[in-house]
Amino acid sequence: MRLRGLMVGTVTAALALSLAACGGSSDSGSGNPSVDAKASFEAGTTMATLSQAGKIRVGTKFDQPLFGLKGLDGKPTGFDVEVAKLVAAKLGISADKIEWVESQSKFREEYIEQGKVDLVVATYTINDKRKERVSFAGPYYEAGQDLMVKKDSTVDGPEALKAAGAKVCSVTGSTPAEKIKEYVDQSNIVLFDVYSKCADALRTGQVQAVTTDNVILLGLVDASKGDFKLVGKPFTKEPYGIGIKKGDTKFCQFVNDTLKAAAADGAYEKAWKDTAGKVAPNTPKLPETATCS
Amino acid sequence: MSTTSVLFDAPGPRSKRRVLIGSVIAGLLLLGVLVLVGLRLDAQHQFDVEKWAPLFDPSDEQFPLVWQRIGEALGNTLVAAALAMVFSLVIGTLLAVTRVTAARWYRWAVVGLVELLRGVPVVIAIFFASRVLPQFGLDLEPLWFLVIGLTAYNSVIIAEIVRAGIDSLPKGQREAAESLGLRRGQVLSLVLLPQAFRVMLPAVISQLVVVLKDTSLGFVISYEELVRVAGQIVQVLSNPIQVYLLIAVIFTLINYTLSRFAIWVERRLSQGKKSATATLSATDPAGAGTGGG
Amino acid sequence: MNVIIDNFPLYVSGFLQTLRICAFAALGSLVLGTVIAGFRVSPVPPLRWVGTAWVTVFRNCPLTVVLFFCAFGLPEIGVNGAYFWFGVTGLILYTSAFVCEAVRSGINSVPAGQAEAARAVGLTFSQSLTSVVLPQALRTVVPPLGSVIIAMIKNSAIVGAFGVGGDLFAVGDTLTSSRGEAVLPVLIGVVLGYLVITIPGGLLLGLLERKVAIAR
Repeated sequence: MRLRGLMVGTVTAALALSLAACGGSSDSGSGNPSVDAKASFEAGTTMATLSQAGKIRVGTKFDQPLFGLKGLDGKPTGFDVEVAKLVAAKLGISADKIEWVESQSKFREEYIEQGKVDLVVATYTINDKRKERVSFAGPYYEAGQDLMVKKDSTVDGPEALKAAGAKVCSVTGSTPAEKIKEYVDQSNIVLFDVYSKCADALRTGQVQAVTTDNVILLGLVDASKGDFKLVGKPFTKEPYGIGIKKGDTKFCQFVNDTLKAAAADGAYEKAWKDTAGKVAPNTPKLPETATCS
Repeated sequence: MSTTSVLFDAPGPRSKRRVLIGSVIAGLLLLGVLVLVGLRLDAQHQFDVEKWAPLFDPSDEQFPLVWQRIGEALGNTLVAAALAMVFSLVIGTLLAVTRVTAARWYRWAVVGLVELLRGVPVVIAIFFASRVLPQFGLDLEPLWFLVIGLTAYNSVIIAEIVRAGIDSLPKGQREAAESLGLRRGQVLSLVLLPQAFRVMLPAVISQLVVVLKDTSLGFVISYEELVRVAGQIVQVLSNPIQVYLLIAVIFTLINYTLSRFAIWVERRLSQGKKSATATLSATDPAGAGTGGG
Repeated sequence: MNVIIDNFPLYVSGFLQTLRICAFAALGSLVLGTVIAGFRVSPVPPLRWVGTAWVTVFRNCPLTVVLFFCAFGLPEIGVNGAYFWFGVTGLILYTSAFVCEAVRSGINSVPAGQAEAARAVGLTFSQSLTSVVLPQALRTVVPPLGSVIIAMIKNSAIVGAFGVGGDLFAVGDTLTSSRGEAVLPVLIGVVLGYLVITIPGGLLLGLLERKVAIAR
């Protein structure tokens, strides 16, 4: 058992290396993680059920560039998507057997509670309020809330917003939208359903700043071709977790182990480089995973 | 002939000249506005080829993908509208019949329900369906929540149309049926309703326009209809103005055709039946279907 | 139900925001709709074309699309302003098409003899329209206009999603999503907020209908 796991790990690493050698330009869809075909689990666990069914339903964003974005071919791409594929592969489920369910921020807890999805990987910040309803594996990434402004803007942090009388844009029902209330008046906060609309509003001068997690902003900065810049002073910590049914400790432990294994064999790094890594300067280290409860 | 000519005389030479001058001025103003808008759009690079090609140039590599997505979305929109319409017709007819035949002690309940459903914004009905029904164990696809929300509102409207349809029939019909010894239910189902449906047809087709437009409210529950998919396409192509313009054109074409069809049916019906104007107007905005969102 | 009581000030502010949006939009769409109706019956062809195109487009496009163009199209052509006004503008544009059709059918319902008489005493098109036909038409269009406005109040629930925020529906959204409150009581509060406007509105309309109805 242990030996086989090791071999699979080596093969995956080798594969990842060879793929990485082909250059980062290849479409992320082509480099799916190798499936653990002989995965077997203790009967009665979530892993056993999913593995036997041979398919899994994953909640992710469909409108978040770099993390979960539904492409023109109808398939989602991004770092969250790759992380979900890693977990699925460990369960013996290939990427094409994953059913992607769009999970907007406000629906995530409900979808998990109602069993509409088996897990949620959707830039999902771990916090206590959410822990009352769902459990989190991970974190698999730590972001921080930041500001995006036009390249000639003098705003250098959230404290400067009020003095500048700046209007700030974010997304309805998101944690950044709540957090920014500490820095600006309610009447100067503009909310849309997706961040690309915020970027449009910033470009046309309707708002003076966009706020959300720095990695998400990086994607928008990249797309603006130099019109926007990141302020670069994250003022919160946003650990992204994988949402699962409350109290499913064994599944949580399994996901954590999968993440650690992926970090060790390079699959985590590859997932990053294929997606968010295309615009983010440096590859993150897998954060210390929290204990499952 | 047409009512417009009642408001002004057949123009003599002088007023002909005046109308001509008016036309030229109005035309120039209109042209001026269009040119101004065009110039402004051009200054914002809205006419760049890369923003239009994926939508209208078949040789563009993204063209087939974009249109495939739009095709699927259009299919989803039509399916939702059709289902909502069928259910609304059935439930609306039942409501109307109940309201006519209800005993006094529970008629107030029917009336109350109708007033309640009529006063609630459609978008909230949809939102309500998608978030409250699952709490009672009703686990459905977003399509069905959208259909339920649309049906809740439109069945009430259809009920009104049915009632008006029955009211528009000559009294003799009911009297003749009753004198034949038919029971109340039979009078309705065998004599009144079949005729009422014929009369209602134009109004029902017009209501379909409203339903079709309201499917766009599916965006609140991530149902992938036209407007939501447009949003997703924009995330990839970053050309919101162009994509939404296309969506606007698609909606206008379909709904305009439907409206013309309703008018055509109305003419056909009133031709076949020389007796008075026995159709519920398709164009009459007093007809209850005054544009939901 | 405690949610409603605890957050009562929030609900009230949402209610007021909805009222504000609706008041401006109602005023604007009634004026604009009447003007467009004037265009549609005008002797000047380009004006008629504009009127027809206007109604065709705004009656057949979903409000979401119209609002999108107001919130993102207008800044694109250099018109900058508060999203509140973009939202109100979108609601006005959309509703004006329905107001126009209501007014136009009202104009058509005025007996031809009235307009002919007006012409016979030598009134021009605009004079006969504004001082003879429209005043009579407005009486017949009160009921349909009322239902247009009530529909508009309900449609205003969508405006909040386009950067306006703070209206009743948006309050419900904030409470359920960012604060994770239970959905059912929050939404009941929101629905009550709308019913408080729409049901009395409907009753008032019925009353008005009986009052201004003229036998023809």
